[in-house]
Amino acid sequence: MGLWRTIKTAGWLGWQIEANWAEPFTFIAYAITRPIFSTLILVLMYKVVAGGQTSTALFAYIYLGNAFFMYTANVLAGVGIVIHEDRERYEMLKYIYLAPIVTYFYMLGRCIPKLAITTLAVLVTVVMGIWIFDLKLTFGHWPLVIFSFPLGIIATIALGIALASLTLLTARHGFFMTEGTAGIFYLVSGAVFPIEVLPNWLEPVALAFPITYWLEGLRRGMMDAPVSQVFAGWSDEKLLLILALTTALSVLLSVIINRGIEYIARKQGKLDQVFNY
Amino acid sequence: MKTELKTNLRAIWGRAYVRIVGAQREPSWILFEIMMPLLAVATYVFVYRALGAPKEFTGFVILGGIMTAYWLNVLWSMASQFYWEKETGNLELYLIAPISRMSILLGMALGGLFMSTTRAAVILVGGIYLFDVTMIPTSWPLLVLVFLLCMVALYGLGMLASSVFLMFGRDAWQISTLLQEPIYVFSGFYSPIKSFGFSLGMMASLIPLTLGIDAMRQLFFEAGRAHAFLPIGWEILILTVLSVLFLWLANKALLKMENLGKKEGRLTLRWQ
Repeated sequence: MGLWRTIKTAGWLGWQIEANWAEPFTFIAYAITRPIFSTLILVLMYKVVAGGQTSTALFAYIYLGNAFFMYTANVLAGVGIVIHEDRERYEMLKYIYLAPIVTYFYMLGRCIPKLAITTLAVLVTVVMGIWIFDLKLTFGHWPLVIFSFPLGIIATIALGIALASLTLLTARHGFFMTEGTAGIFYLVSGAVFPIEVLPNWLEPVALAFPITYWLEGLRRGMMDAPVSQVFAGWSDEKLLLILALTTALSVLLSVIINRGIEYIARKQGKLDQVFNY
Repeated sequence: MKTELKTNLRAIWGRAYVRIVGAQREPSWILFEIMMPLLAVATYVFVYRALGAPKEFTGFVILGGIMTAYWLNVLWSMASQFYWEKETGNLELYLIAPISRMSILLGMALGGLFMSTTRAAVILVGGIYLFDVTMIPTSWPLLVLVFLLCMVALYGLGMLASSVFLMFGRDAWQISTLLQEPIYVFSGFYSPIKSFGFSLGMMASLIPLTLGIDAMRQLFFEAGRAHAFLPIGWEILILTVLSVLFLWLANKALLKMENLGKKEGRLTLRWQ
């Protein structure tokens, strides 16, 4: 019960910070504009090379990967700035640590508004794809979508909290660290191209992260046939099992990193340190 | 008159110094400012490879990545800068100093230009080395002219935006975030804007990067000439007009916004 209250209150606080600078309509426009334009970059790149034809499997692969990757990008960047904002801008982090709560769940709660806003952006992007760009979705492996979606979200939150914990030990550049990590995932997880296009030495890196399996699972669930040759021979069950295992490992690592970093931060007096830049 | 000029030149140098020297003192910032555009460059290069695009498109992406460094600098270190200054308490010091406000903006622009160029150079070298692209312009003087005009117009736009952002509170952050990707699209950072059509392309040309990138792409690549939006001569002319226009507007806007800020008591308002 206490944990749920922590998550709920942190989520409400996060929503207030995210949304209270603008009227609801302005805020919603803001929340969906950026993702739509990041998608349009890829659509234009595709059209320049392939011409007007967008009903291909490769287009759907790129489009869906980019749409669902928004969760990873937004949650990592969003939760990554929580520590900096709470500690240095609002100077309230010490009170969070004084409160009888588990801070891991506090950070989890702060992820919720980001997830909600991103869900809206993803929905708009996918609908725009179907409506304007003739995106073909068959949902041939729909159970894969249902099972892999929550697993990927859990993995993303776990990675986000791990990174946010690391920012306890950094100054404002911690923000860059989370954005940079999202950029690395965008590159290596095969979000917008099949991972066999990567140099050989990067392929094992791609296969180490749950985000790769998550995006592959979602795309396979919504499309007819896999595009990536690496996963072509994999069964749905195998894909799901590896996603579940890498997600579990991410959560475990996230908790260990969070505990360890908090211990160091307390020891070094970083919880209320203000870098003032 | 002579003393006033000297004071303003010192103000320009003083504000630029922070970016020319100070910004090089934080290695992690340099690393991320280079790494993040390079990651985007790498990703878009692989997208073009997955699509089977001609090799010159890799060069398009590298050029776009280089210009990203300047756009991010204008957005986050010019447009939003007075908001940061307000938050850290520097803005009031600028306003009581016996200097022209334009000196501060000019110092910010010159320092930012230097800072971005160091980052852009690494992206250029890294991109060429990593992706094996040849980038030799057909005319060096034209390339230098286009680049300089593009930068004057772009930083003029940054100075104008900075004046406008002076009135913003916390939403300055959101607006900067909001402007990032749409400009990547409309300025054709990673794909030619010819596909937009003439009308939309001309509207996009109000952002100096649009014509700057298009002209540089024509100077660097054969495919750039095939996908050109306008002839280079026209692009140079429009960039010249934009340079003068944005610098003039920046000066006007700065005075207007400062007066408005004083009347509404928002120049020293923090955490709003």
